Amino acid sequence: MKTVEDLRKLREEVRQMTKLREGEAEVRVVVGMGTCGIAAGARETLGALVQEIAEQGLLSVVVTQTGCLGLCEREPIVEVNAPDGRTLYARVTPERARRILRQHVQGGVAIEDWVIRN
Amino acid sequence: MEELALHILDLAQNCIAAGASEIAITIIEDRAANRLTITVADDGRGMEPEMLQSVTDPFFTTRTTRRVGLGLPLLQAAAELCAGGLTIVSTVGRGTTVRVEFAHDHIDRAPLGSMADTLAAILAVNFEVEVVYRHEVDDRAFVFDSRELREICEGTMQHPKIILWLKEYIALQERLLGGEQ
Ligand SMILES: Nc1ncnc2c1ncn2[C@@H]1O[C@H](COP(=O)(O)OP(=O)(O)O)[C@@H](O)[C@H]1O
Ligand SMILES: [Mg+2]
Repeated sequence: MKTVEDLRKLREEVRQMTKLREGEAEVRVVVGMGTCGIAAGARETLGALVQEIAEQGLLSVVVTQTGCLGLCEREPIVEVNAPDGRTLYARVTPERARRILRQHVQGGVAIEDWVIRN
Repeated sequence: MEELALHILDLAQNCIAAGASEIAITIIEDRAANRLTITVADDGRGMEPEMLQSVTDPFFTTRTTRRVGLGLPLLQAAAELCAGGLTIVSTVGRGTTVRVEFAHDHIDRAPLGSMADTLAAILAVNFEVEVVYRHEVDDRAFVFDSRELREICEGTMQHPKIILWLKEYIALQERLLGGEQ
């Protein structure tokens, strides 16, 4: 089930997929991974993003991380960095992370209730 | 933190912030000696002696005159609560090693938690960092070297599908090892 041979096969699958999708606009989804973020569940949020992107084949979405954002009580914080602008989300549970991917990143509609305004 | 694996993720973030290109994470569970030891070593920029002093100062957390870190004092407090402690060795320009010890059976010790989730989180978003992970339980061990996997993946390692595979692979190996989870 989990052999080097499996990994090689998956590698070839991934290669074929990325070839087909080359050139799509890139959206960056940034997770705050400071101490407060991690304590509030940022690892699970990141894990949910990675899983959803893998399962939905969202190849133009890139997940990255950043450090402490100084908004500890609103962690986990996720920033969606799309061609049309940046949006900062507060208290992003895994469930919210999946919704943000579907509704905002894929659907183009921000989820206003969770957006951090300053 | 609810899991030691989350503290380890937090320590790895320090390594990454210090510009490390390699992070060595070692967990040793010696149940006969009733010890659980975690070391996180990096080849990052290291710390000046004065800095090193301040991050392990027992009164560090009570200082309010300058912005202070939270991660190391938190872990130090967790270790000291469990008949253990935290030590740091650091050399400017060479790197840093954080070592933290707990009594294995201490009632207040957080469980190790998911190292698969922690390692996957590190690998998913850090393209330039190699991770060497070793988990010993008594006389057995599981070793994971991201360089070996990167070689097999031939440039696809960052892909979410590959990261998911690696996470499941590590979780399986950890279960087979039979240590803390
Ligand atoms: N591995 C490391 N290499 C170099 N410097 C480090 C390392 N770990 C910690 N430090 C220094 O110690 C400080 C305190 O760390 P920490 O308690 O984790 O808080 P924070 O990461 O929020 O600053 C860091 O800001 C950094 O300057
Ligand atoms: Mg830190």
